[in-house]
Amino acid sequence: MGLFGRDISCTRGGRAVFTGVSFDVAAGEALAITGANGAGKSSLLRILAGLLPLVGGRIDYEESAPELTLAEQAHYLGHRDPFKPALSARENLAFWQQYLGSPAMNIEQALMSVGLGAIGHLPAGFLSAGQKRRLSIARLIAVERPIWLLDEPATALDAAGQSAFIAIMQSHLDSGGLIAAATHVPLGIATRELRLGARA
Amino acid sequence: MSALIALIQRDLRISWRLGGGGLLGVLFFLSVVVLMPFALGPDVPLLKRIGPAVLWLGAMLASLLTLDRLFTADQDDGSLDLLLMSPVPLELSCLAKGAAHWLATGLPLIVATPLLGVLLNLEPGTSMSVALTLLAGTPALTFTGMIGAALAVTMRRGGLLLAVLVLPLSIPVLIFGVAASNAAITEQGRFGAPFSILCALTLAGFIIGPLAAAASLRQGLD
Repeated sequence: MGLFGRDISCTRGGRAVFTGVSFDVAAGEALAITGANGAGKSSLLRILAGLLPLVGGRIDYEESAPELTLAEQAHYLGHRDPFKPALSARENLAFWQQYLGSPAMNIEQALMSVGLGAIGHLPAGFLSAGQKRRLSIARLIAVERPIWLLDEPATALDAAGQSAFIAIMQSHLDSGGLIAAATHVPLGIATRELRLGARA
Repeated sequence: MSALIALIQRDLRISWRLGGGGLLGVLFFLSVVVLMPFALGPDVPLLKRIGPAVLWLGAMLASLLTLDRLFTADQDDGSLDLLLMSPVPLELSCLAKGAAHWLATGLPLIVATPLLGVLLNLEPGTSMSVALTLLAGTPALTFTGMIGAALAVTMRRGGLLLAVLVLPLSIPVLIFGVAASNAAITEQGRFGAPFSILCALTLAGFIIGPLAAAASLRQGLD
């Protein structure tokens, strides 16, 4: 399995954000996408997730399930945590597991491993930003996806949350998964670096 | 299939819990219809004549009131991104969201109609006929409105735009819905023909609505 980008370019609102970006990530590897604000880190992730049109260049991927598109095999963790305030943390997570399919772990276990076991019954509207982020991380492990596209994943996490998240990412890589993450801070795992904005 | 059922369940739960839009539509419908006899005065024949039109207009505005949150709520918290990336075809997800919207806002209106018919001086039998036309016609309102709701996602604050886009599309439903209801009340004219057209509009809406909404959501990616 692997993910390869060749000469990808991105245009937002008629302005070229970046051009000629290339990268290789193999199974078990993590790619850290760095760069100044506005360099196009989030845009690159959204292009990979199929949420922005690919204007130039190409994206290739080798994978175990060739009938699925890249987006269908990827988790996307964006700036916003997709949970409904009226539903409890457990209900929110259970919905995404049912809707996205391929469950990897039961809901209780997933909540426990991000430290939300005791407050699964609380409506998501009462969770803090860090707790919502933990719930998003629980979604990554509750649903099986080989490719993780993470946009500033550690935002709002406390020290304990960060070290738990590092362990979760490491075990995903160890089981042959692949991570591409936009980040300003070191992820805490071994990564290749793709620097946007520095004349590539 | 279980994914679609999960989506319908989630949307129904949200709309019936605190802060959801489900109750809002019904209350709006009730207040429009209840205010009408007070505004017009106790003119019994007049109420009887305009009764079905009032019920239909109330139902239409009530469904419009809740439609603008159909996709923007998912856009705001990033859920829409995941719906777009999921292995479930987006068209089917739109169909499921439409079904949930109708179950949460359309069905309660229909249940309330026989009761409101009393306020408008309708016979119980004719109230039931009006409720039947609403049952056949309100899904068409939801599914044509869905197209506008999907377009509103691409524009911030698209709520008002939604009304401008969706109301013209709803005119055929309104015409045939009121025609069928009038036929049932006055027993002049035929009930069957407008009612059949109403059913046809709903069936067409089932197909066109989700297809157009999904196309619009994909186009509006940014």
